[in-house]
Amino acid sequence: MGGYGDVQLLRDDGLRLDGRKLDEMRPVSIEAGILPAADGSAMVTHGLNVAVAAVYGPMEAHPRKIQRQDRAVIDVRYNMAPFSTSDRIRPGFNRRSREISKVTAEALESVVLVERYPRSKIRVEIEILAAEAGTRCVGITAAAVALADAGIPMRDLIVGVASGKVEDTVVLDLDKAEDNYGQADLPVGILPNTGEIAFLQMDGDLSPEEFNLAMEYNFKAAAEIHEIMVDALKRRYEGGEN
Amino acid sequence: MSNGQNGAELRLVTPGMAIGPSAGMRVGSGALAQNDTIIATRLGWVKELNNTVSVDPINSAYMPRSGDLIVATVAEVRNNLWFMNINGPFQGLLPMSLAPWKVEFGAARQHMGIGDVVLARVQEVDECHNVVLTMKGVGLRRLNQGSVHSVPINHIDRIRGEGNATLQRLREASDCRIIVGENGKVWVDGDAEGTAWARQAIQLIQESGHKNTFEAELTALEKNAPKKGDA
Repeated sequence: MGGYGDVQLLRDDGLRLDGRKLDEMRPVSIEAGILPAADGSAMVTHGLNVAVAAVYGPMEAHPRKIQRQDRAVIDVRYNMAPFSTSDRIRPGFNRRSREISKVTAEALESVVLVERYPRSKIRVEIEILAAEAGTRCVGITAAAVALADAGIPMRDLIVGVASGKVEDTVVLDLDKAEDNYGQADLPVGILPNTGEIAFLQMDGDLSPEEFNLAMEYNFKAAAEIHEIMVDALKRRYEGGEN
Repeated sequence: MSNGQNGAELRLVTPGMAIGPSAGMRVGSGALAQNDTIIATRLGWVKELNNTVSVDPINSAYMPRSGDLIVATVAEVRNNLWFMNINGPFQGLLPMSLAPWKVEFGAARQHMGIGDVVLARVQEVDECHNVVLTMKGVGLRRLNQGSVHSVPINHIDRIRGEGNATLQRLREASDCRIIVGENGKVWVDGDAEGTAWARQAIQLIQESGHKNTFEAELTALEKNAPKKGDA
């Protein structure tokens, strides 16, 4: 959120640099069940972002000290591949990936019926193969599809989506330039069927009106992405009972 | 709402999807009632039977039940018990008192070590999901030979077939001993050719067991089965 005043992010015709309208999302495609070794998996392409999520378990939680007697723990590992950005990323955990792993796990714990599997662990691996902006949201969406594919019971399919502010204008789904030079970013995890919010972060400042408009955009986009998620899961098993 | 029994009426639902109103209906597995609506909690096929709406999951973890015959692997050994990997969310516990041998305290390792495969039965599952296994019973033993294959839990009935008919065909055609554990582990013991054929057949059942063409495909595969008594 640099907020550099000299970078023009909106064109004179009111559209964004990549030609999108203010409330237009980047193209999204989802494929479920791409990894044969995982219990459930998904690949989400969102603009230039590519995320792969794999789910393993539920399994016995090790080490035993992480076990919870009344519920399962969700162990999320979010990682960006070294080649996912133009500057090589040093492999391994860093402060950012730890934070995103933690908030993603907390978001998923609110939708997964964790009380069904006490003392066990559900492992979610999110690998970002290509990053443009908004990878944590793409990771959450991929994880949700992978969890459903693995047959993990959930209250809803959580959708990750973000809005933000550039040049004092609220826009949906920031791309790289808007993320770097914009004024605010509002990534949200939405449960589309109930309208609940499982995860919300805000970077930068938004007035209450701007916040409401950004959330309106987020809910609209979440409904669209949710349809694509359902379609991906149905496509995997179409043609009869598998 | 579909009844889930007829192939033409099968309805696939995803978690969070509304199945129908909850009034007058009971909520079965894979679903829950929320604001007068029954919603699915799993990816699967809607099933309605005796006023109970449930979802038959496409994928699911093995949930042990008392009496299940399972193929388990030793994960940990203690002085007087074994922890077994039962391919589920929880490990199974096999105390030395329920082993088929007379085991002295501290001698558990002499009978079974990590990685050994056994045929066991689930003795008890308590409310805290503690799973106790037993190897006392007819046919329950350590499996010293053969190979173990993994199959999804929801494909087990398909491999067995009606009244074990399909499983019996596999046994006869491959000339192998085949045991299908409730936990998605299939033990196959026989010569290399028979094992390879059985593996191929299990794969076919998983891929085509629900299709109309399955019978013809299995019959065609049976023609390629290794001839008995060749050796």
